[in-house]
Formats: sequence, structure tokens, C-alpha cells
Amino acid sequence: MNEQGDSISSIDANVKRPKLRSRHLLSISDLSLEEILLILETARAMKEVGTRPIKKVPTLRGKTVVNLFFEPSTRTRASFEIAEKRLSADALNIAAMTSSLLKGETLADTARNIEAMAPDMIVVRHGASGACHMLADISNSRIINAGDGMHEHPTQALLDALTIREHKPSIKGKKVAIIGDLLHSRVLRSNVLLLNALGAEVWVSGPATLMPRGIDRFGVTATTSVDAAVSEADVVMMLRIQTERMRGHFFPSAREYFRLFGLTRDRLRLAKADAIVLHPGPLNRGVEISSEVADGPGSVILEQVSNGVAVRMAILYLLAGSEGEADHA
Amino acid sequence: MPDHANSLASGSLLLKGGRVVDPKHRRDGIFDVKIEDGLISQIDKGLPCDDETVIEVPSSVVVCPGLVDIHVHLREPGQEHKETVATGVQAAVAGGFVGVACMPNTEPVNDHSGVTELILRRAEEAGLSQVYPIGAVSIGSKGEHLTEFGELHRAGCVAVSDDGHPVADSLLMRRALEYASMFNMPVINHCEDPSLKGDGSANEGYKASVLGLRGIPGAAESIMVERDVSLSELTGGHVHVAHMSSRGSLRAVRSGKDRDVSVTCEVTPHHFVLTDESLSYDTNLKMNPPLREIADRDAMIQGLVDGSIDVIATDHAPHHADEKAVEFDSAPFGIVGLETAVPLVLDRLLHTGTLSLSRIIELLAVNPARVLGLEAGGLQVGKPADITFLAPESTVEVSAAAFRSKGRNTPFDGWRLQGAVAGTMVRGRMVYKASGVTGAEALGEVAAGQ
Repeated sequence: MNEQGDSISSIDANVKRPKLRSRHLLSISDLSLEEILLILETARAMKEVGTRPIKKVPTLRGKTVVNLFFEPSTRTRASFEIAEKRLSADALNIAAMTSSLLKGETLADTARNIEAMAPDMIVVRHGASGACHMLADISNSRIINAGDGMHEHPTQALLDALTIREHKPSIKGKKVAIIGDLLHSRVLRSNVLLLNALGAEVWVSGPATLMPRGIDRFGVTATTSVDAAVSEADVVMMLRIQTERMRGHFFPSAREYFRLFGLTRDRLRLAKADAIVLHPGPLNRGVEISSEVADGPGSVILEQVSNGVAVRMAILYLLAGSEGEADHA
Repeated sequence: MPDHANSLASGSLLLKGGRVVDPKHRRDGIFDVKIEDGLISQIDKGLPCDDETVIEVPSSVVVCPGLVDIHVHLREPGQEHKETVATGVQAAVAGGFVGVACMPNTEPVNDHSGVTELILRRAEEAGLSQVYPIGAVSIGSKGEHLTEFGELHRAGCVAVSDDGHPVADSLLMRRALEYASMFNMPVINHCEDPSLKGDGSANEGYKASVLGLRGIPGAAESIMVERDVSLSELTGGHVHVAHMSSRGSLRAVRSGKDRDVSVTCEVTPHHFVLTDESLSYDTNLKMNPPLREIADRDAMIQGLVDGSIDVIATDHAPHHADEKAVEFDSAPFGIVGLETAVPLVLDRLLHTGTLSLSRIIELLAVNPARVLGLEAGGLQVGKPADITFLAPESTVEVSAAAFRSKGRNTPFDGWRLQGAVAGTMVRGRMVYKASGVTGAEALGEVAAGQ
């Protein structure tokens, strides 16, 4: 893996701008394998910006990016905002709690109003699956999906892939075990698409009650045995479990969940010795993951957070690259 | 049964030389139909022409008993922004239906004769298709107290249903079946276990999993069909399963029919045409029951073929465009169906060789009338001339913008389908004639509105 010096200078000099085919990033399925690799390579270059004393390049100067968050988020929203600022974009944050949504305005109308102020990109998080698709249909701005309901969270999957590749240079053939609340997880859906595109051997595991119907068509090996999934794994990715799910009778208690599905040091010993552990956060220590694993030697959880900024810089940069077409679209 | 008749046409008319398909009277061939003062006076070959108006029925046009849709939502009173009785019956006759049975989920709910009477008055003012109101099973469709079935029946209701709100309480359903049997009214149930449905918005399956939509399993429906078949067996009451969608439900109905239980059922065109494989975030694909799997769709077609399914009904559910222009989760369930049913049925069931025209007319006219105990469903001397003219070979393109219904919420916009309605006659009066359909131009003039 060679660090490409010229790609860094191109970010600064704003000369050679590669671009993505799609105007929006709504789903990992919008991306070809080449585009996925382009994003990951660009993100590696973007990481370097974060190591400079002055962590700012003029790439998106004069561009307006709106972070439209209809669900509470600390990590993702902050990550996008830092990414935007490092690229010199003008970032505006709109949180659902402070918008007119409480006054009963529809999503479409909110979007049209923001659109009328001519932003270049809108980063959207929404509790309803497909909300970003709806915005993409009515909006001239580029839409970046920062998590829509139970559907997808493509930037999370891309930052996960960047993190995995830093430890396992080739993902092809590597066993990746994704464990937890598969049913409600948008992180799962994006990761399955991305890891399959990169040729990983994907295993998923969780309680039978949280196994999506039709999982056999996802191109993964699904099992309710966490041990089988973790066994000989190169990568273990834990998904957040929401204790509210107990209300839907998905599992009886956090205690039993941890005993049956939680990632403990003993369980992690089944994986390869150099296995890494990922978690999209926020952590529920003692529910899906023990502290000794979360803070242990294989954990790359904080690296994921650092990489999140670089990946989002790469996506903002590459989506802005297709502006010529977009203006006529 | 009460016929809230639009007035009979006066004068006499001869429909000459069309293919008449009337399965109720085992008639399929070239016949002349003579109509006097709105009633059929003669059906025979080579009737002599006297002074009356003669319509030479083109060979491309089929003359059949007027179609009846036993599951529509006319939205009046209370939701006139979605549909009114007047626009609903315009859509009905444009879709070839001479009669529609409207569900009680209006505002207020049709749980009282006053609401029934209002609907019938509006229907009479509109003067197009017949309207057969369906009363609520329980007050406010809340599933707690029975409505006054006797009073609703006297006012003109032909069945009872809490459509949209399944009768979840088994004792209430049992009593409803027993009590309704005194008035020969079926209890129509939207079978769906509320706890299994949860906040689901699409069929529980691969596509919903990919799209991240909460699922409604087929078992949510079949579990209540099983129960209702058992309750019908217990009470002898007639249960009619609304818009059946899952193969498990069909098995339950079949098993009931094998034991001579008084159970009938209907399927909508969208459930035998579409599956959840075509699911997207398009809210015009959100309906309840949801589009099911391929195996379910195939089972519905099989049920239509082997006779286990009695009726094709549309579940015509108009919504305002604004109500559908929201996130999938938040959108209301339902699509319009009156103006797409015949083309879908003819294209997908007749031209595929799946069903004969005669069987199709059983499903769209004979059996719907039988389920509701109506006189309609056949061409009979001495009875009102309610006639649908079909143009099975004519190809049409569905245009939601051209619908008579206020609702534009259809997933079929732009579909090209072979098979069309050429015209609709109610009580001897042409109330609708299609434009751009071969043969329709010969069907005489549409009567001026009343």
C-alpha cells in the first residue's frame, strides 16, 4: 500500500478531481468497487491533513454543507462537521429538535426550504428508512446518508473498511463476524454490501429474534451461535444493542444477552490471535461488549472514530467533484 | 335486498349481436339483449328490430352482467379530500362497476343508520353506480360493543365489517357472526393479528430486510383467518375474508370450504399481480395487507383458478397526494383500484390463459353479488339492465392523471395493459363510454347526468 503523495497535493491544489458516478451517497450499492477503493484511497490521503499543525485545506471553500439531523447523534454529526471544516466548507447544523419539524412541517417541505437556500450538499440522518432517497428525489443538492432508519449508514461502513484495511491490507477472504441486533441495524446492511464487494467472508450472528427475514439472500453465513461466528475470525464487529428492544420481546434481559452474545475476552480467544474488534458506538459496556475487550489490545474502536473524519472528508471531496454534471442534472 | 336504484331509463333499446357472457345463466355466445324502460325484456338470438334504438355491438366487445366491487373506500363522510361518494361512483363506472360496497371507516364511522342514509343519499344524487354500504361491526370500529345490525340493515347496509380494524376479540367476532346471520349479512373481516402486525409497513421478507422496513408476516393474516373459519364453523355465520394475501390464509379457507363452512374470500388485483420483490420506498407500494412473496402471489392465482377464491375486489383506497408524499413508515396504507382492476384482470388472467372470460365474470360480478346477497350478477329478463361492456383485446395505458377518482395513488401508472372497459350501463342508461377503446364508439351516447 503506497501512500500517494500526488493525491495529497491534488487535494491542496484542487487540480485533478476524481469523481463519483452517483450524485448522492444513499447506499453502498450506489458505489462500484472502483469507487469504493477510490474513497478509501482518498481517505488515506485525507488522514494526512489531520496530522498537520494547521488542519485545513481550501478544497471546499465557498461550498455550503448542511448537516440535517432528525435523530440525536454526537459522533457522526461531529465527525461530518470536522470533516467539512477541514475542507473549508461552510457548515450549518440543523437538529430536528430546533427545526420546524415539531410544528408539523413535512420532511419534503423542510427539504425544499433548505434547498431554497442553495446548499451544495446535505448530510441527512433520519429515523425513517428511505428518508434520504426521498430528499434525493426532490433536491438539487447532493445528499449524503448519515443513517436512515434501519436501512443504511454507508459512511460508517466505509470508515470501518478503512480501519480494517489499515490492519488487514487485503480484506479479500478475511473472515468478518458481525454480531448483535442485526434486525434493526443500518450499520449491518451497509457493511454487508461493502464487505461482500471487497470479497470478505461475512458471518453474522445474533439472537433468532433479531435475525432479519431473508438473511440467507444477503450473501452471508448467518448463525445464532456467536462462538461459530467468532471462531477463526480476522475481524469481529459488534453492533450496538438497544435495551429498549426488550419491550418487543426480542430478548429477556441485558444480563442474558451479555451471557449469550456479548463479546468477552474468553469468546474473543476463539478468533485469530491478531483479530481486531470494531464497534460503531456508542458502547453499551457489559451488554454487547466487555470493557476488557473494548479497551483491550485488539480494539480499534477509537481508530474508527479518527478514520470517520478522513472518510467523510473523502466523500465530501469526491461528491463535490461531480459538480459540473450536477448543475445540469 | 335493498336496491338504492337510480331511476330506470325510459324507452327501449336493442343491443344487437354482441358476445354475451353471463355465467350465472350459463350463456356465452352471440345474443341480442332487449331493454325496455331500464329492464331487460328479452335475451335471444336474432331479435327483430322494432322502433327502438338499436346498438350494433361490435364483435370486439363483450356484453356481460355489470361488475360489482365489494370492497371500496368512498371516504364520505369526513374525508372528502380523499374521495367523495360522487367521485367514487364516477371512478366505479369508469372501471366497469355498476355497484360498489363501501367500507365503514369514514368519519364518523358508519356505525349508525344516519351515516348509512347519508351515503345512500349522496349515491342517489350522483346517480351512477349502485352503492351498497357496509356497516361497522362495533361502535366506532373500536372492537368493544356491537352496533345495531338490525337498524343498519334496515337503513340499507348489506354487510358488517370493522375493515382496517380487525375484530381482534374472538368473543365479539363470534357474537357478530351469530347476530349478523339473522339478517343474512356476512361479517367481512380484515384478518390481521394486531400484535403480530405491530408497526410493520411491508411484508416481512428479504426485500423489507434490505430496505430496512418493519415487517408484517403472512402469519399475522392467516392466524386470524384460521380463527374466523373456526368461529364460522361454530356459529354457522357467514364470514368473508377481505383482501386475502397469504398462502397460509388460502389454506385455511380451503380447509373450511372442504368442511362446508360458510366462508368466502376475496383477493385484490395488486395481490395477484405484484410481489414484494418490486418493493421500494415508493409509498404507492404501501398497502395493507402488504405485497407478499412470489409464492403467495402464485397461490392467489391458483386459488382463482381452482375456485377457492370467490371474488376479486379492489380495496380501492384513495388518499390525498400530500398524505402519500411522506416517509414510507409514515404514509397511509392503500392504493386506488377501481379504474385499473379490469385491465389488470384481463391482461394478467385472461391473456395469460389463466382464466376464462366466464370465470373472470364470476369473480367480478356473479360471486360478489352472491356474497352480499344482491340480485345483481346476471343478465335476467325482468331485472334492471346493469351491463358492463368489455373490450378484452384493446390495449390501454394506465394514466393516474386521468382517473375519475380523486386518488392518484397507484403503482400502475404508465402500465400498458391489454383489456379494457368499453362502457357501463346502469338501469338501461349508458353512464360511461370509454374513449380510445376499440368498439366503444358504437355503444351510443352517455346519458346526461341527473
